Order: sequence, then C-alpha cells, then structure tokens
Amino acid sequence: MNVLIDKFDVFAGGFWLTLQICVLAAIGALLLGAVVAVLRISPVPPLRAVGTAYVNIFRNMPLTVVLFFAAFGLPALGSNADFLRIPGLDAIFSRLGTDLPYFRFGLIALVLYTAAFVCEALRSGVNAVPAGQAEAARSLGLTFGQNLRHVVLPQSWKASVVPLGSVIIAMIKNSALVGFFGVVGDLAQTADQLTSAGGYAFIPVAIGISVGYLIMTVPLGALLDRLEKRQAVAR
Amino acid sequence: MSQQNTVLYDVPGPRQRRITLISSIVATVVLLVGAYFLIYRPLEEKGQFSMELWGPLVDPSNESFSQVWDRLGLGLKNTLTAAALAIVSSLVVGTLLAVLRIQLKSLARRRFTGLATPLSYLLRGLSTVLSAVTRVCVEVFRGLPVVITIFFVARGFPEFGVTFDTLWYLVIGLTIYNSVVIAEILRSGMEGLPGGQGEAAAAIGLSPLQSTRMILLPQAFRIMLPALISQLVVVLKDTSLGFIISYEETLSIGKQIIGVLDNPIQVYVVIAAIFIAVNYSLSKLAQYVQHRLSRGRKSAPRTGAADTELGTEAVAGTTT
Repeated sequence: MNVLIDKFDVFAGGFWLTLQICVLAAIGALLLGAVVAVLRISPVPPLRAVGTAYVNIFRNMPLTVVLFFAAFGLPALGSNADFLRIPGLDAIFSRLGTDLPYFRFGLIALVLYTAAFVCEALRSGVNAVPAGQAEAARSLGLTFGQNLRHVVLPQSWKASVVPLGSVIIAMIKNSALVGFFGVVGDLAQTADQLTSAGGYAFIPVAIGISVGYLIMTVPLGALLDRLEKRQAVAR
Repeated sequence: MSQQNTVLYDVPGPRQRRITLISSIVATVVLLVGAYFLIYRPLEEKGQFSMELWGPLVDPSNESFSQVWDRLGLGLKNTLTAAALAIVSSLVVGTLLAVLRIQLKSLARRRFTGLATPLSYLLRGLSTVLSAVTRVCVEVFRGLPVVITIFFVARGFPEFGVTFDTLWYLVIGLTIYNSVVIAEILRSGMEGLPGGQGEAAAAIGLSPLQSTRMILLPQAFRIMLPALISQLVVVLKDTSLGFIISYEETLSIGKQIIGVLDNPIQVYVVIAAIFIAVNYSLSKLAQYVQHRLSRGRKSAPRTGAADTELGTEAVAGTTT
C-alpha cells in the first residue's frame, strides 16, 4: 500500500496533467461544437451538409482512430500543431509548449471527437424548444438574431445543460486514452508506468488511479443528477 | 431537413431564396478552395495520393491487395466477435444488475412486520447495506474510463493467477463498464414508468420480482430501446481499445499493415470508413426504431417522446 504514499507526487502529477488536458479539451470542444451546431442549423444547405457530415463522421469513428489521424495526419499536412502554442496560455499549461507534440495531438483529437457530441447536445436543446415559441417571436416581428438571443437560446440552454455535462464527463473518461498515445505522465500512463516498469503491486496503483478519475467524474455526475431533478420539477 | 428548421425560419420568400442560393454558392466555393489549399495541396506535395501507398488497399491487381484485405477481414471478424460477446454479456449482466438494484431498493423500504424486532432490524440493515454497496459499485465503474477498466482487467487478472485469451480480457473489461451503464439505462426506464404500473401489478398479487420481470422490465426495454442501441454502437466503437492489450482487432491489424507498407494515413482512412459504415447503419437502425416506437405510441403524451429523444442523446454522450 505504501506506493500510494511513496509515489504520491506521481499520482498528483498525473491527476494534474489529466485535469489540464480535460480543461483545455473541454474549452476547445465547447467552442468548436458551438460552431458546428451553428453550421448544422444554418439556413445555407452546403454549410448544413458540412456540419452533418462532421457529426456523422466523428460520432461513428472510435476515438482511437481520431487519435491516430491526429498523430499521423497532421504531420503529413505539414503541421506540428504549433498553432496551439498560444503565448500566455502555454505559460499556464506548460505541456502545450514542449517540443514533443503528442500532448497537442491528443488535445486536438479529443477536441475534434468531443465537438461532434457537443454539437448534438446543443442541437437537441434547440430542437427541444417548442416550435410555437419561435413562431410567436417571429410573429411579434423579432429578427432572426433577436429571436435566437431572447427566445430560443435561453430555453434551449436549459435543455442542453445536462446533455452537455454528460458529454464533458465522457470526455474526461476518454482523456485516459491519450495516455496510451505518448502523452507521458497522465493518470492512465502513470498506471502503466508504475505497474510494468516500476514493478509496484497492482492493487494499490489501481486504487490510486481510480480515485484520481473518480474525483473528477463522480462529483460532476452528482451535480448533473441534481440539475436534472430540479429541472424535472420546474417542468 | 426543412422540418427540423421550421423552428427557426419562416418558409423563405423569393428574396430569401435568392440570398440562400447565392450564399450557398459562395460557401461551396470557399469550402472547396479551403479544402484544396489546406488539405489537398500539402498531402499531394508529400505524395500521399500516390498509387504506391493506396495500391495495396484499393487496387485489386496489386500483389498485396488480397493479403491486406485478408488481414483486415480477420481484424474485422475479431472486432465483431469481441463486440458481439461484449454486447450479449453486458445486456445480460446489465439486466440482472438493474433488477437487483430495483429489488434491493424495494427491499430496503420493506418493514419486515411479523418477525421478531431484532431480526427485522437486521434484515432492514442488511438490505440497506446491500443496496448501498451496489450503488457504490455502479458509481465507481460508471466513473472510470473504459480504457482503464480494460487495462486493469488485463493487468489485474494475471496478478491473481487467472489468465485468459486477450479476447476475454477485452470482453470482461467492456462488460464491466457497459453492463453498469445498461443497468442504469434500464433502471431509469423502470423508475420512469407511471407509478400505476407497479401498483397495479402489486394489486393483482404479483410478487416484487414477478412484477419487475413481467410488468416493468419489458416496458423499460421498449422505452429505452433507442438508448440501448446507441450504447451498443458505443460498445462496438470501444472494441477498438483492444489494441492497448494487443488483441488482434481491426486497429492492431491496421498497425501491423502500416508496419509493413508504411502508409498510415491510407490504412486509417480505410479503417475509419469501415467503422463509420458499420456504426452509421447501427445509429440509423436506432433512429428507425425510435421512429417506429413513437409512431406506435400515438396515445402517449408528446412530451414523453421528446424526453426519450433527449435521453438518448444524453446517454449517447455519457458513455462514449
């Protein structure tokens, strides 16, 4: 059991790195997902087709394949994902600026994959708004933008918070996969490292790693349950 | 498509149609130019479109074509085997788990009247503890990443001297995670049923187990079928994690092919296409089933249908 105490800094470092990946990927996925959602509900057919194709491709592809694509495809496109070395941001998340690009590749893959689910969560929220609401807004003479801002989005937001939350939880869990793709030092890779190379007993390591993930996922899940119950009452 | 957008737009008039047409053309041109300069050109410069790289995958006259597809076929077979086993076992285990949790919950509420007081307290305590234990197990395994579960299974079982084929590690790992998720889907389906269903079952003298088996479970299955199918898509996608424990599924085979032919992008494009084709048809099946179900239950209130749809999306998100 003393591996948990001896190697506490390793576990803590892994947890911290996983948390960094999750925060960055969540921000990226929410932004990209919002863009794709806008594409999917836009009035211009080609943009809609692009959005639909994006969602269908990334929702039906295993994340593993997306990760492989990021790791092999981006270099072939002549990019080492250096555009993610955003000044200022890479001071906080030091891994963004390192020369080994796997952290950035993993991040890009997670963002691309999760954005498809974020898009669907947002869109299902918009679709959950009764048609009469937008019709009433239009008949009052609100423009498209006003309609979205004052009538549709506030309501759709309520309907998409819970799905969005579960998408983010899923993303936290998916981030474990990045550790098997050359991102050294996150929780999943720590498990591998300590049990195979470090030669530590399996059970304590497993407990440590599990606790690391559960700290992130369980409170978020409980929060979502609460939100869901409150919304169910409000409805 | 127009149906989905009626929420936001009126039926376009002539002017709006013209604007839409013009912006469509502009958008198409911009997208094509962007794709050409950002994707096609760099790939072309690196020679990624050469027949040397694509040949073994698409050209039947290439000498390695049949070999490559033999291997890929084997990988696909292994993927589907693992997926089928994992799906069947997680459905069975998940159903049992859901029934167990419902039973324990109702047991924890029971008073055990007619027994000696200490005994009834003991029984109540026991059932409360059991129900808490199952709850904790469910929360733990739902909160852990599947990768980690599979990895733990593959590393942990040999630790205790239990060794299997890698196939079984993968199946066990997937089953642990997905049975818990399926149990939660079914449980929420059963708890979402109108209370009158369970009460009526109790009133005609069915035991709690009987009423779960004959009244609640079938309805929960029916309501939650779309969510279940999307969970099955997730299982199929997750079998690709087998490469971590070096199970020979499609991706590891792809890796072997890449090791020989050195054409990673081409092989992954083909593998992605295979996965997308299979999963897309499964998702379409889910949509069709949902459509059939909502048509079959015309009498049910409209909000109910909307809720299940949302639930499906949420579940599809939760569990990937």
